[in-house]
Amino acid sequence: MTDLLALDKVSRAFGGLRVNENISFRLAPGDRVALIGPNGAGKTTLVNVISGGFAPTSGTLHLEGDDITRLNIPARVQRGLVRTFQVTRLFATLTAADNVALAIMQRRGLTRRFFSAATNAPEVRTEWEQLLGTLGIAHLARITVSQLAYGQQRLLELAIGLALNPKVLLLDEPAAGVPHDEAPKILEAIERLPADIAVLMIEHDMDLVFRFAKRVLVLANGRLIFEGTPQAVTADPEVRRAYLGSYADARRPA
Amino acid sequence: MSSLSTLAKTSDRAFPFAAELMGVLSIAALGVLGFLLFPDDLAFLTRLIGITLLVLSLDLVTGYCGIATLGHAALFGVSAYAVGNACIGGIREPILLLGVGIVAGAITGAISGALITRFRGLPQLVLSIAIGQLVAALANKLSSVTGGSDGLSGITPDPVLGLFRFDMFSRTAFAFSLIVLAVVFVLLLRFVRSPFGLLCRGIRDDDLRAQMIGAVVYPRLVIMYAVSGAVAGVGGALNAMTAGVVGLDSVSFERSAEVLVMLVLGGAGNLWGALFGSVVFQIFEHIVSATNPFHWMTLVGLLLIAIVLFAPRGLSQGVVVLWSKVFRRGGRP
Repeated sequence: MTDLLALDKVSRAFGGLRVNENISFRLAPGDRVALIGPNGAGKTTLVNVISGGFAPTSGTLHLEGDDITRLNIPARVQRGLVRTFQVTRLFATLTAADNVALAIMQRRGLTRRFFSAATNAPEVRTEWEQLLGTLGIAHLARITVSQLAYGQQRLLELAIGLALNPKVLLLDEPAAGVPHDEAPKILEAIERLPADIAVLMIEHDMDLVFRFAKRVLVLANGRLIFEGTPQAVTADPEVRRAYLGSYADARRPA
Repeated sequence: MSSLSTLAKTSDRAFPFAAELMGVLSIAALGVLGFLLFPDDLAFLTRLIGITLLVLSLDLVTGYCGIATLGHAALFGVSAYAVGNACIGGIREPILLLGVGIVAGAITGAISGALITRFRGLPQLVLSIAIGQLVAALANKLSSVTGGSDGLSGITPDPVLGLFRFDMFSRTAFAFSLIVLAVVFVLLLRFVRSPFGLLCRGIRDDDLRAQMIGAVVYPRLVIMYAVSGAVAGVGGALNAMTAGVVGLDSVSFERSAEVLVMLVLGGAGNLWGALFGSVVFQIFEHIVSATNPFHWMTLVGLLLIAIVLFAPRGLSQGVVVLWSKVFRRGGRP
């Protein structure tokens, strides 16, 4: 079985509202997949179902062949299923370094240590220094997150995701809210992600989608209406009607 | 708090145990200062140290984990009663009695923590009050164990290390309590900077984010609650041993509320804040209530309003801000 992540007929309803219906797709190692669709199509709900925030109403999820449908969030993260958030969620009173160090220590099982000094363990330190360096925010290591600019916080969010050594990385609009001049940094960071991991990215910015994705999934009204190459997606009449008609509106103001 | 922890971090590299040394020296200095200011009232200082341990304990759950509680005196009181009963029952060795207090506090902490940390926000706060009230009601009803409203008396521990008898001037009690406080404070300074302590601060900042780095939140909070209970237990044990009696006040709602006020006064999420908040509040209360027995609560209220207005994040943060203004170090680390 070469699939890293497999969704089979996954549905999620809130009361009578069916937000995701019968969604099936596969992610293989090295995949770069964009998930697009109009607002309210159920993209973020789908990411929540995959990451464990919501249990699916029906359907199954498999990670590397194991059924993870009933696993909670931490158990999925420990198996390498990692997500970032559309609106940054960071440890606001900790420094940038501590944010990343905490993720590293959690991954390495060090957070059960009660008396060693936290961020100064050499192996942890080299790792966060390197990660922050790769994302170009090493100079911010000692600054408290709440004092960072939003674009810097987005990069840090990515750094935390990477610190967890993901096999599957779900990026929920990684460039959302990032000032125009900082957006290229995010894109560069995404392009430099380890080649063997599978990345699923929700994105509105079609330029970014075309640059990043080898495959595009289109979600509309909770259903997967298209799966194919970025070139094919623009030609598909149903996608044009459901989504790309509003392409111009969906582009972020400069 | 951020600037405080940064200060600690920079000094970390210069000298590995700088923070710990600082802790011991500060507590020794406070002890000497207290001894000089109140040479005839060492019993008051001894009581102050017991309560300070309870404030430190509260800081662990409220300051470091963001758990709102108004029932923290329960941990202190249960330990005090346990130590009292153990002493009356024949265990008179002070170090052993400390152990009894620690175990009793840790168990009470784990049990109440297992309930309280299941919830968030207002339900959590109400549950903590309910547990506090339950313990207070039990302490009142189970008079065979607690002495009821008369209190549990006749607690006479052996001399410390077989050498230092608990004297009527509270000299031994004061010195013993001060040393115990210094040891606990240093251990806690280390503990809150550990990976575990850092994760607890992370959970306080964003619970979901902590889960999304793979941390299972609930057991961590219960463990922290047990540690907090152990620290409160040290306070309760000292209180029982040095006062010789345990009364209903040690489990009262007022006690729970007062320690929360002390913590906010000093600055939650910071052990130094808890230490100074507790010391400043109790000395202020002691002096003001002696000079003006009728209106002292009013003055305490005014002090609190002034603190909230001028140093909303507590005395410790106020001092740091003032320090950086005076020495032009700038706000950013």
